[in-house]
Amino acid sequence: MTKFAYTLISVAALTLAACTDGGRFDNDFDTDDGSGELNGAEGALGAAGDPTSPAYFSQTIGDRVFFEVDQAVLTTQGRATLDAQATWLMTNADYFATIEGHADEQGTREYNIGLSNRRAAAARDYLVAQGVPASRLTTVGFGKERPVAVCSEESCYAQNRRSVTILTGGLLG
Amino acid sequence: MGQLKQTKTRVMTRVLHSLVGALCATLVMSFVAAPLWAQSSGPLRIEITEGVIEPLPFAVPDFIPENASAEEWSSRLARVVAQDLVGTGIFREIPSSAFISKPTSFSAPIQFADWKAVNSQALVHAAVAVQGRQINVKFRIYDVFAGAELGQGLQLSGTTDGWRRLAHKVADQVYSLITGESGYFDSRVVFVSETGPKADRKKRLAIMDFDGENVQFLTGSEAIVLAPRFSPTGDRVLYTSYATGQPRIHVLDVGDTRARILEQAPGTQSFSPRFSPDGRSIVFSLARGANTEIYRMDFGSGAMTRLTNTPAIETSPSFSPDGSQIVFESDRSGTQQIYVMPTTGGAAQRISFGEGRYGSPVWSPRGDRVAFTKQSKGRFHIGVMRPDGSGERLLTASFLDESPTWAPNGRVIMFTRETQGASGSASLYSVDISGRNLRRVATPGGGSDPSWGPLQ
Repeated sequence: MTKFAYTLISVAALTLAACTDGGRFDNDFDTDDGSGELNGAEGALGAAGDPTSPAYFSQTIGDRVFFEVDQAVLTTQGRATLDAQATWLMTNADYFATIEGHADEQGTREYNIGLSNRRAAAARDYLVAQGVPASRLTTVGFGKERPVAVCSEESCYAQNRRSVTILTGGLLG
Repeated sequence: MGQLKQTKTRVMTRVLHSLVGALCATLVMSFVAAPLWAQSSGPLRIEITEGVIEPLPFAVPDFIPENASAEEWSSRLARVVAQDLVGTGIFREIPSSAFISKPTSFSAPIQFADWKAVNSQALVHAAVAVQGRQINVKFRIYDVFAGAELGQGLQLSGTTDGWRRLAHKVADQVYSLITGESGYFDSRVVFVSETGPKADRKKRLAIMDFDGENVQFLTGSEAIVLAPRFSPTGDRVLYTSYATGQPRIHVLDVGDTRARILEQAPGTQSFSPRFSPDGRSIVFSLARGANTEIYRMDFGSGAMTRLTNTPAIETSPSFSPDGSQIVFESDRSGTQQIYVMPTTGGAAQRISFGEGRYGSPVWSPRGDRVAFTKQSKGRFHIGVMRPDGSGERLLTASFLDESPTWAPNGRVIMFTRETQGASGSASLYSVDISGRNLRRVATPGGGSDPSWGPLQ
């Protein structure tokens, strides 16, 4: 029983890590040291504990915000995440960012590109309103082409309806 | 492949065409529970209606080999002709095991009594000769119960590596003589070939014969590519690629697979391109920030004209075959719906009013229908309606059907069907516009976003 519970917790932790990790960084820099603790080691991204590091941005602040079905309106939680992103981007002025918009699979392909553009633009416009120079931000709509969660249920759809702020330039650049 | 030649060997006087106009006018929407083929009076023909229930029996014996090197082609050609015709759902093949006699010479008289005895209403009588890479086919089509030839005999020549095209041409001729409509077998489809897991799908543009044969890749899988669309002549393909990091409309030459970007203004993204019927301009979606509008671009000069002007997502534009109107989708009313506007832009008329959302409209090459994707109560459908919005009919239903494209004769629709769940994948399907004859089109790996090219 104890063992079973332990396994469940491990799986849950890994799943969470997979959800919150900025997938790009993980793929590009292979920061997973195998311990299940992502971005724990010093590397190109710096330690997650270093508040000026991209790892801190993607994990501690959170690189993504989520949207309701067929909506591009920011939620309260989404605005809170973007407030923190804006503060970080203004503090770390070397960085540029690309904001990716994404949609879940419940929609036609081309409409979803338009919808995901709206989501990316909503996040971008909010960051600009908080003081991040628009010249440092780019948006791109991926429609339903790049899901992070693959089941055909709301639990996955909710993770896929997102905008993700991806740092470029600066220390990465 | 390109130098398929067609020569008349005899002028046949039987008059079919006077009937064609009258029958075409009464096509489609009536639910007639009548037999598919009627032989009692007039020439053998199928009227393609809703009421089609009994496929027309035909026989296609192995092509008569006229020299030794033609022997290996004799059965292969006949099989492709048969597959094409049976695949329509409106023909039924009489198997060769039922044949009483088999033709041994192209010029020998047809033994109509033998074909009547096995109830073969139509007979495809064909011969093949092969010299080196050159392959020649000649054929005549007979109305067995009238004891007469239909149309005129034809002779085709090509190369052995393009042999399937010869068979498709024979089948097109049979289809055309018996239905009074042009065929669609000697045509190609450009589509997106898909491999890999759902979260990391690899997509490449590919081209194939209408039946899934002869697949060739047109791009690599480095960047996401979406929604290819043929030019009216089938020699170029418009599509959307993320090769630059942003979605951008591209055009690719089918012959040499060279591609170029058509739009890359800073701060924009472009997608959903489609040619005008004369091939001189394209329409597409251009996104700036949150807003997506439809633009028209002169293909030669690159000059752009904005056609819509609302804060909504306006996309999936498609020309009417006469080039005077554009059907497209917009969520200006709050949800995705279908609209028609003049080709010059301006006031748009909403044509979809049923329950649910309507998207990806495509105008039929005949001009009489618009195919669309409908989303309602958690299901997706491919449907058709008249360009004024009347006569809506749903042809399919599944977890996810989308992106319809028309066969060149406007009788069949190909589309994408995606299955549910973590291991879900996309495949191409076809269905005829009565909703019958749903079939999966065999492709290597997954397939999506088909665009059906012209009859070659």
